[in-house]
Amino acid sequence: MKRLKIAATALAIGAVVAPAQAEDIKIGVISILEGAFASLGQDGIRGAELAVKEAGGVVDGQSIDVITMSSDASPDSAVNAARKLIEQDNVDILVGPLSGSEGIALRDLSKSYPDITFINGSSAAQDTTLRDSSENFFRFGGDGAQWMVGVGQYAYEEMGYKSVAVVAEDYSFPYTQVLGFMSEYCSAGGRVPEKFWTPIGNKDYSSVVYSIPDDVDAIFVALGGADAVNFLTQYDQAGGDKPIIGGSITIDSSILESKGPFKNLLIGAPAGTPTVSDYEGDEWIAFTALYNEAYPDGFSAPSIFAHHYYMGAKAAMLALDEVDGSLDDGQQAFRAALTDLEFVTPTGGTMRLDENRNGIIDNFVTEVYEREDGSLGTRVVKVVRDVNQVLGQDPEIFLASGPVSRDNPSCP
Amino acid sequence: MKAGFLALPLIALPFVLNDFWLTQIATRALILGITALSLSFLATYLGVVSFAQITLAGIAGYTIAYFGPNTVGVGIKLPFWVSIPAALLFSVTAGALIGYIARRSRGIYAIMITLAIGVAFFYFTRQNYAVFNGWTGFSGITAPVVAGTSLRDPSTLYFLSLATAAIAVVLVSLFARAPLGLAIQAVRDAPSRVMALGIPVTTPVVAAFAFSGLIAGGGGILNVWYQERISSFSVGLGPIIDVLIIAVIGGLRHPLGAFLGAIVFVLLDTFAVDLIDRDRFNTLIGMVLLIIVMVAPNGLQQLAADAVAKLRAKEHQSGKSARIKTNT
Amino acid sequence: MRLFLIVTLNGLTLAALYFLAASGFSLIFGLMRTVNMAHGALLLLGGYVGYDVVELTGSWMLGIACGGLAAALAGAAVQAGILGWMQGDELRQTLASIAISIVLADLMLWYWGGITYQVSLPDILSGGQKLPLLGVGYANIRLALMAFAVVVGVMLWFLIQRTRFGAVIRAGVDDQDMLRALGFPIGRIFIAVFALGSALAGMAGVIAASALSISPGTDLQFLLSSLVVVIVGGMGSIGGAALGALLVGLAEQYGLAYAPTYGVVFTFGIMVLILAVRPQGLMGRSEQ
Repeated sequence: MKRLKIAATALAIGAVVAPAQAEDIKIGVISILEGAFASLGQDGIRGAELAVKEAGGVVDGQSIDVITMSSDASPDSAVNAARKLIEQDNVDILVGPLSGSEGIALRDLSKSYPDITFINGSSAAQDTTLRDSSENFFRFGGDGAQWMVGVGQYAYEEMGYKSVAVVAEDYSFPYTQVLGFMSEYCSAGGRVPEKFWTPIGNKDYSSVVYSIPDDVDAIFVALGGADAVNFLTQYDQAGGDKPIIGGSITIDSSILESKGPFKNLLIGAPAGTPTVSDYEGDEWIAFTALYNEAYPDGFSAPSIFAHHYYMGAKAAMLALDEVDGSLDDGQQAFRAALTDLEFVTPTGGTMRLDENRNGIIDNFVTEVYEREDGSLGTRVVKVVRDVNQVLGQDPEIFLASGPVSRDNPSCP
Repeated sequence: MKAGFLALPLIALPFVLNDFWLTQIATRALILGITALSLSFLATYLGVVSFAQITLAGIAGYTIAYFGPNTVGVGIKLPFWVSIPAALLFSVTAGALIGYIARRSRGIYAIMITLAIGVAFFYFTRQNYAVFNGWTGFSGITAPVVAGTSLRDPSTLYFLSLATAAIAVVLVSLFARAPLGLAIQAVRDAPSRVMALGIPVTTPVVAAFAFSGLIAGGGGILNVWYQERISSFSVGLGPIIDVLIIAVIGGLRHPLGAFLGAIVFVLLDTFAVDLIDRDRFNTLIGMVLLIIVMVAPNGLQQLAADAVAKLRAKEHQSGKSARIKTNT
Repeated sequence: MRLFLIVTLNGLTLAALYFLAASGFSLIFGLMRTVNMAHGALLLLGGYVGYDVVELTGSWMLGIACGGLAAALAGAAVQAGILGWMQGDELRQTLASIAISIVLADLMLWYWGGITYQVSLPDILSGGQKLPLLGVGYANIRLALMAFAVVVGVMLWFLIQRTRFGAVIRAGVDDQDMLRALGFPIGRIFIAVFALGSALAGMAGVIAASALSISPGTDLQFLLSSLVVVIVGGMGSIGGAALGALLVGLAEQYGLAYAPTYGVVFTFGIMVLILAVRPQGLMGRSEQ
């Protein structure tokens, strides 16, 4: 046993000396590569790598090293992954993570590593930047509420839904999505008589299906991945025929491409999202072509995760280019460049940050349609430009309404 | 003598390791080892494999989070000299309660009832916002600052964990020899005979679980300082299985086994991703675990002890060392 | 009232699925005292293989058969190659099967990816129909689940109570050493039972993929539900597994409908409560 200890010590000392002294700039990417989110997490990695590839993998003669690390959707694992990337792999910049609670965890962690710049992947918790933000944590994207802007109004005015039931997973990201939907929908005059919060990973929704009141006009479904597939299938099998309104990860290319008979239920469903797989803007077509060329075995179009990891990594590349690859002086110049950065996103808008370093985004209201070959796509029915984190409201009033929860907001 | 051989390199570690190795590997292994020790203690002396040790650690951790500084706005801030004893009190009480609930369960049934308790607690923390802050849990927890030094400071936290581990090992040895400890072992070996002697079985079982709650609680407090956060994920099925893995691959028969298992586990968990294609590291973790279970039925500690014994036997071929003492 | 009846029906159909998933687990434990933590992984493997076969051939029945066969082969390999070598050491087997499930889950993720699969149903089972009394639509596959569960339950009962193979299994449950002494090739019997239990898991996987869906993580969910079902009912008793499945299925659906916030906690709360009062499960025999 003593021998083992000595061996471990020797290994340890070796590791202290070992780190490479090369001039390379290292970007660590944290995403979920195991469990239920694995395929989405892999697409996030593709997005980040694509931004680096696009720049030729070099900034001012310094090559960019991308090192990936997996988390398992838990904040603890994201923090451990980040610590390993920073302390052992010596990354300069971190891109990630994927999910909301992980984002808040890395935001907190970033305060302990003032010399490292953290750029959010696709995590979309509101409080990551809205409350208790961190100087070195940037999000070139929106939060879950921003991603729903436009839908509430569209549902009330265009679709004529006067009341809507909510079916959503019982954790912070869907709470935020519901806030984004309801703040608009309720002030337009709509009512949400009932909300069904279901445990994440729930398999059997049948009892929820039958509890949905008969007198609502539509169902707002904020479920992701397998949960959405299960709910929609079971609703379909039970003969349910209420129109669906989708959350941002309910209707994404990864869901549209999942194999199952529930698809028909989705046709015509509006949803709020910053990422539209079939968007016809020139920038998006070019981005999709780039993605398809680099990843023939990826999805048919970049998912919301690839899109957001791409924007995070792209911002890093652009800011690095602006400071000629210099990360000296605690990355001050690099961060200033990030703060002032403005660039055209794959969806054609102009990405820039607010004072909390959160993205001001363009958001889309989409609807699902059937392509000629029978596969499903989404098309844009409405674009909302310049959505900020307080959803266009007075910041003080917005903050005073408190953090999202199961019961906030409410308009029964 | 032997303790000295062990102690010296361990005390020297902060002077040779960088922060990553000290905190992410050594300290993390010590903390996991402490929690695993609470499991191997129950397994060795009571003959019960408990899946609820992470729950006990979690109860202590949540207490520190609730009564300490955090950034989520839940809880009441109390000074650390109140919250630390409170955390241990809660984990000991919870341990006693679990022991009482599981007092009649043995073998696989004990595993299952403790697993059910652990999973129920996990879902409860995930769903309850008033006390546990649900899915998100607590973040921004800071360790107390004593005499100008934060206990989260890498070497301070390391020494604190090392001291806690040492105390836990000593306590386990003392407890095992105390009258209550002997009664517990009697319950393990022949419960019906103990009852026939008129000694109630319940008391020793409850005492053993309560004591394991003390050790797990110590690990839980250190863990929440180390992670600076706690959430439902920290008490989920993943950590529950991790601690079981650590205890078993290390070896249940000797208190140090838990720590040996922890260091192997932490190294694997941290570096598997470097050794193999980054997408397939879980396969490697599973394979190594499988191999250890297959080649070292009594854990790595026993394997190492046997190897040392063999080496010694070779050195003393004169025949003096006929009696080879293993660490049991 | 109408909602209560529907929720009860949902609980019953879910219980049927849980029973199908847990029956193999119960069978293996009943004879061999092996807690096979890779049960969920074998179930998921069966589901994936079943999906591929159904896509390829269009035959749902063939999908079920191949899913079961794939899981049976994998299960037999696990018992013959690994778990069989540590027979009698429950804890080591538990741990080894955890390791196997980690490896299997990762390899399946590699091969089938992280997306959600649903097996397309044959025409007779797809869609739904109006329930006569309740006046709501109900999925055919869910009604069929109950029939499957009854068929599997009766077949298992027949196998164990009425066949020679069953007699050997029952003898093995009561006294392994005697069976061995009598010259029965107990190692091979164990492998056969393990394969049979795994086949049940694999078929349940295809059925789960048809009625609900499968994706990474499904393995853990069904492992947990099988553990609860089998333990609450009493290890190794088919009747106990049925009873356990009923309790868990109903608890889960009532929880979801009437107490969504703490519904999941109840399921495990019930398990704790039952085990505290009856450590050997509802229909299990005492270990003494």
